[in-house]
Amino acid sequence: MTTTDDTTADPYSASTRETTEGTVYTVTGGDWDSVLGENDDERIVVNMGPQHPSTHGVLRLVMELEGETVKTARTVIGYLHTGIEKNLEYRNWVQGVTFVTRMDYLSPIFNETAYSLGVEKLLGIEAPPRAQAIRVLCMELNRISSHLVAFATGGLELGALTAMTNAFRERELVLDVLEMITGLRMNHAYVRPGGLAQDLPPGAVEKCRELLKVLPGALGGIDDLLTGNPIWQARTQKIAHLDVQGCLALGVTGPVLRSAGLAWDLRKVEPYCGYEKYEFDVATHTDADCWGRFLVRKQEMYESLKIIEQVLDQLEPGPVMVEDTKIAWPAQLALGSDGMGQSLDHVKKIMGTSMEALIHHFKLVTEGFRVPPGQVYVAVESPRGELGMHVVSDGGTRPYRVHVRDPSFTNLQATAAMCEGGMLSDAIAAVASIDPVMGGVDR
Amino acid sequence: MTVSGSGPTPGAVEGVPAGSDMFGAAMGGDTSGFGGLVRRRPLDTSTPRPFGGWFDEAVDALEESFAGYGEVVTRVVVDRGELTLHVRPDKVADLCQHLRDDQEHRYELLLGVSGVDFPSDPERFHVVYHLMSMTYRRRLRLETKVSEAHPHVATVTGVYPTADFHERETWDMFGVQFDGHPGLTRILMPDDWPGHPQRKDYPLGGVPVEYKGAQIPPPDQRRSYA
Repeated sequence: MTTTDDTTADPYSASTRETTEGTVYTVTGGDWDSVLGENDDERIVVNMGPQHPSTHGVLRLVMELEGETVKTARTVIGYLHTGIEKNLEYRNWVQGVTFVTRMDYLSPIFNETAYSLGVEKLLGIEAPPRAQAIRVLCMELNRISSHLVAFATGGLELGALTAMTNAFRERELVLDVLEMITGLRMNHAYVRPGGLAQDLPPGAVEKCRELLKVLPGALGGIDDLLTGNPIWQARTQKIAHLDVQGCLALGVTGPVLRSAGLAWDLRKVEPYCGYEKYEFDVATHTDADCWGRFLVRKQEMYESLKIIEQVLDQLEPGPVMVEDTKIAWPAQLALGSDGMGQSLDHVKKIMGTSMEALIHHFKLVTEGFRVPPGQVYVAVESPRGELGMHVVSDGGTRPYRVHVRDPSFTNLQATAAMCEGGMLSDAIAAVASIDPVMGGVDR
Repeated sequence: MTVSGSGPTPGAVEGVPAGSDMFGAAMGGDTSGFGGLVRRRPLDTSTPRPFGGWFDEAVDALEESFAGYGEVVTRVVVDRGELTLHVRPDKVADLCQHLRDDQEHRYELLLGVSGVDFPSDPERFHVVYHLMSMTYRRRLRLETKVSEAHPHVATVTGVYPTADFHERETWDMFGVQFDGHPGLTRILMPDDWPGHPQRKDYPLGGVPVEYKGAQIPPPDQRRSYA
């Protein structure tokens, strides 16, 4: 191991040493006086994150401050990059669902649905109506749980600790229902190309209806806690202004765009999964600030409740997977004494009576189905904005390329526009109002 | 252990089956019987008119209003209800400016820039732009392709500031350079990372795991059924 300390040339340059693993660079702290001029006493550069509780996960903000005023704000991302898009190319089309669900981990159902819609569009198939309705049901449940986290983390970051504990508590109510339906609280892998992994379990509709009775009260509690709270108002009103023009230039969609007054919601603009059948309003506001975004999210949760109720009312029995046995996942799940697993009846049938079914099962599970070559772009309205999937197939059993247009990734670019010129404490409110999820940003 | 490649065979011609066996695996990964299917790449041809829907009208309007249309737009593809214009890489920004400002089009929103790598193609890196017209509620895709030797595309950050992060990501992942971008640096990978991970010839993982003398190959070199 050798150490080269080249201090004569530049006292702050990184020193290097050779190890068995390769070259290791050691970067030591510099002195800002050497970077700034003599008269710049007030100007300092603050590095917030990537491990700061108020930066929403591993987001790093580099801010140049003059006193408490933010002069420049830059976001540094990539700390949670896990190569999901690359990994997708090495697994078959159905397995892709388990990857995409882990991207924006607060809105897994949306990731799964967008991906499944993309694969279905490439295949030229459409999931059965019941599957579409259950997708809508799960998405709207998910939207509520996601917005609750937005309030929880946003509240925490602005010092409203009770908002955090309460919102996370109410979110658990929603996650309980999602757990009952999908088997997991998060990372569900429930929505699959062609339909769903399985139908609603017995009692799920009743459980949803129970939730519909409880949730308005629970949401009202958070509403009571924050909406009329003068501190909350002071911390959010007229903070982090971004008008429609700014939103469009920066590609910002979702609640941030709607808070600026543009009623742009893909569920209305280009309905998917049968959203045209349900009656709901697009929440908008005109303040274009953190307060407006808070109110838009709040209103959206009540609209989601309306949609869930309509889905439950209109839900009709039927298959939840396409009937094409060359595409439909062959496994049947059942609840056994040791948890959810392969249905023993189904295993008995394919092993004992139907060799064809066994071959099909083996082929589909090991190799997967083939998707005709081509490319599509599909988008859904996730809680954070337009979640787009650019899916490319070369005709094989694996995705050739999947690129995810994650709303958090794009919306995060608005940080500079929202923060610069404001106070340091308002930068926190600005980032909280964007509600970025770093799992989606970095993928 | 059978090792099989998964990407297209080097030197394959577009539209022609790329795999050497019936399952498209380059090194004999066929383990599961007779599928009789082969991997195919989409053909590099224009869609014949009429395109159907609003596509004819929109392409006509563009042809009329955009000077040098014939030179800039090389192909028009309509597939699965989506319109794709293939564009020369140095003219992407000009076309975007027109598509954003012309009242016949009004693509106010750029949703993203992504890359696709086709190693068998001489111009292997395809850069794809997804545009949305809120006025007309239409979506449009622009596609351009560049070679590895000269991976230069004109930046659209001047027209759509939102392209900043997206172009940085495409640079990071594919090594496509966007001329005129205000700060084309890596965004997801560390600043000193060598290579561009989303290229097809970049391995997945690749740290060999040793177990009692035997080595487990990286995931992309393990036995494959596809």
